[in-house]
Amino acid sequence: MPAVLEISGLEKTYRSRRRGARKALDGFDMVVESGEVHGFLGPNGSGKTTTLRTLLGLITPNGGTMTLLGQRVPAALPHVARRVGAIVESPQFFPNFSARDTLSLLADAGGVNKQRVTEVLEQVGLRDRAKERVGTYSLGMKQRLAVASALLKQPDLLILDEPANGLDPGGIREMRTLMRGLAASGMTVVLSSHILGEVQLICDSVTIISRGRRVAYGPVADVLAQHAGAGVTVKLESADDLSAAAEVLIAAGARVTPEADRLVVSNVEKPAWVTRTLAEKGYFVSELAPVKVDLESVFLELTQTAPVAGQARQVDDSAVAAPAQGGWGV
Amino acid sequence: MSLAKAEVRRLFKRRVTRIFLAITLIGLAIFPVAFVFNSKPSTPEVRAAAEAEATRNFDQSVVQFQAMVAECEAAKARGETGLDDRYGPNCGADFGPQREWYTAEQFMPYEFNFRDEFPPSLAVLAAILAMVAFVIGASFVGAEWNSGGMMNLLLWRPRRIPVLLTKLGVLIGAMFGLTVVVGALWTAAFWAIGRYDGNLGKLTAGVWQSFALSGARGAALVLLAATLGFCLASIGRHTAMALGVGIGAIVISEIGLRILFELVRVQFGDRWILSTYLVAWFDKSLKITNWRACELATGPCTPPEYIVTWQQSSVLLGAALVLAVFGAVWSIRRRDVI
Ligand SMILES: Nc1ncnc2c1ncn2[C@@H]1O[C@H](COP(=O)(O)OP(=O)(O)OP(=O)(O)O)[C@@H](O)[C@H]1O
Ligand SMILES: [Mg+2]
Repeated sequence: MPAVLEISGLEKTYRSRRRGARKALDGFDMVVESGEVHGFLGPNGSGKTTTLRTLLGLITPNGGTMTLLGQRVPAALPHVARRVGAIVESPQFFPNFSARDTLSLLADAGGVNKQRVTEVLEQVGLRDRAKERVGTYSLGMKQRLAVASALLKQPDLLILDEPANGLDPGGIREMRTLMRGLAASGMTVVLSSHILGEVQLICDSVTIISRGRRVAYGPVADVLAQHAGAGVTVKLESADDLSAAAEVLIAAGARVTPEADRLVVSNVEKPAWVTRTLAEKGYFVSELAPVKVDLESVFLELTQTAPVAGQARQVDDSAVAAPAQGGWGV
Repeated sequence: MSLAKAEVRRLFKRRVTRIFLAITLIGLAIFPVAFVFNSKPSTPEVRAAAEAEATRNFDQSVVQFQAMVAECEAAKARGETGLDDRYGPNCGADFGPQREWYTAEQFMPYEFNFRDEFPPSLAVLAAILAMVAFVIGASFVGAEWNSGGMMNLLLWRPRRIPVLLTKLGVLIGAMFGLTVVVGALWTAAFWAIGRYDGNLGKLTAGVWQSFALSGARGAALVLLAATLGFCLASIGRHTAMALGVGIGAIVISEIGLRILFELVRVQFGDRWILSTYLVAWFDKSLKITNWRACELATGPCTPPEYIVTWQQSSVLLGAALVLAVFGAVWSIRRRDVI
C-alpha cells in the first residue's frame, strides 16, 4: 500500500526573542499507509500538534521532508489541500457566526457544494443547533463543528488533532463509529489522542512520539506484541515482603514497579528468573503472570511517563529516543 | 474567485461591518437634515421681508440719533460745556445714520450655497468614511486572525499571500463601492438642498470637475485608511493592534508633537504633523505661516510662509501605504500561523 503521509527527519525549533529557542521536533519520522486509521500518540508537549501544523503548512520546519498523498509539501500543498481535511488543536471559529455560516463560508472558499454543509451538520449531530452563534456552543459542540469542517471537503486524508477533546461518552463512541466508517469507505485517518483505550479500539497502527522523536510505530498489535512478555506480575506469599523483594530484584538488574499487592517486574529474560532470584533470598512467589499489556501501559513505558509516587512529573520528562536510522537528529 | 465571493459574504455578515455602516449612514444623514432646517432660500418674499427689516432698523436708529442730537442741543441751551467731547462738533448732527448702511443682506436668513459649501462638506464626508473604513478594515482581518478563522481558512487555501491580498481586494472594493454610493447620495442631498432650499450658485462644468476631483481625493483617502487598518491588524494579528497604532499616531502627532513644538518653539512645527499632510492632500496645498518670526511690537511684518503641496502629501501617504502592505505580506509569508 502506498504511503499517504510520509515524514522523515522533521525538525522544528520555535524561536522567540524573549525565551530563546525550543526544539519541538528533533528528526521525527512518520509513515501512514493508505486506508488505515493511524493513532498519533505522545505526552503533552512532545510535538504532535507541531508535526500536524508543519504538515499542513501552518508553520515552517527547520529541516526534514514531508509528503502528503504522494506529493512533497509544503511545495505541493495548494494541490493537495483540497484532498486533506484537518483540525488542529481545538480549532477556534469566529464566535459571532452560526455553524452553518461558518461552514458555508469555508465551502465557498474551497469551492465545495453547499449541499455538503447540511450533510456534515447532520453527520456530527449539530443539525438543530446550526443556526446558533458558535460563541454560545459548548466545548464538545465546537469540537463537533470542527470535525464537520474537516469532513466538508470529503477528503482522502483526514487529520484530526484530539478530536475527542470535550466530547461526551456518546460523542466519543459516535466518533469511533464515524472513523471506522470513514476508513471503511477508503479514507485515511490520522488521529492524535490521549484516550488510549479509544485509540486501541479504533486504530490500525500508531506512531508514538516523545520529545520530538519517534519512539515506537507500527500496527497496534505489533507494538503491543513487542512489549508483551516484557513484564510479569509477581505476588508473594506474604505481602509484607514486597518492598524487600523489590530491592532484591532491582539489585539483580530488573525494573520494578510496586503496586498495592504485587510487583510489576520488567527487563527480565524469563519469568523463571524472577522465581529463582527471589527463592535464593527466601521469598516465595505465590503467583507469577505475564503482564497483560494494553496500549496505555506500553505508552507509559515507552515514553517513560508512568507516574511515580511522590513525584510530580514535569512536562518534558519523557523518553529521549536515539535518533532513528537515517534521521537528522544529533 | 470563489474565495473572493466568500470574503464578500464574510465582510457583510460581520457585525462590526453592519453596525458601523448603520451608524455611519445615520450619522451622515444628520448633516443634510441640519442644513435643511437652517437654510432658507432667498425668495422675493424673504428678500422683501429683509428689506423691510433693514428699513425698520434704519428708521429706529434715526429716531435714536435725533433724540441724542436733541438732548445735546438742550444741554447746550442750558449752557453746559465739554459737549463737543461727548457728542462731537455740532452735537454730532453731521454724522447721522445713512440708509445704505442697512442692507437687506444683513437681515437675510442663512442660505445654503451649494457651490461654495459643498467642497468643505466633501472633506467632512471623506474624514468620516476614512475612519469607518480604517476600523472595518482592521476588524475584518484582525478578528479573523484572533479567532483562528484565518488558520481554518489557510487549511483550505494554503497560498497565504493570495489569501491576504484577496481579502484586501475585497475590502478595498467594498469600501470603494460604499464611498461611491454614499458620495452620490451626499452630492444629491446637498444639490437638492441648494436647489430647493437654498442656492446652487453658478455651477459650470469646471466647478463640477473640481467637485469630482475633490471626491476622488477623498475616496483615495478612504481606501488608504481601509488598507492601513487592514495591514496593521494583519501584522499585529489583532484588531487592537491597528486601533492602537491609529490612536497612538493621532495622540502623538496631533497632541504630543504640537505641545512639544510649542514648548521648544520649533519653526513651522506643523510641517511635522500628520493632519497637515491630510489637509494638503485634500486641498491641493496648505500654507503654514510662521507667526513666531514676527515681533508685533516693532510694527507690521509679513511672516514667513511654508507651503505643503499635495505632491509632498502623496509621497508621504504613498510611503505609508507601501510600507504597510509590504509589512503585511512579509509577515504572513514568513511568520508561523499558530
Ligand atoms: N508557538 C510556540 N512557541 C514556542 N514553543 C512552542 C510553540 N508551540 C509549541 N511549542 C512547544 O513545542 C513543544 C511541542 O508542542 P506541541 O503543541 O506540538 O505538543 P503536543 O504534542 O501537541 O502536546 P499536547 O498533547 O499537550 O497537545 C512544546 O514544548 C511546546 O511548548
Ligand atoms: Mg497538541
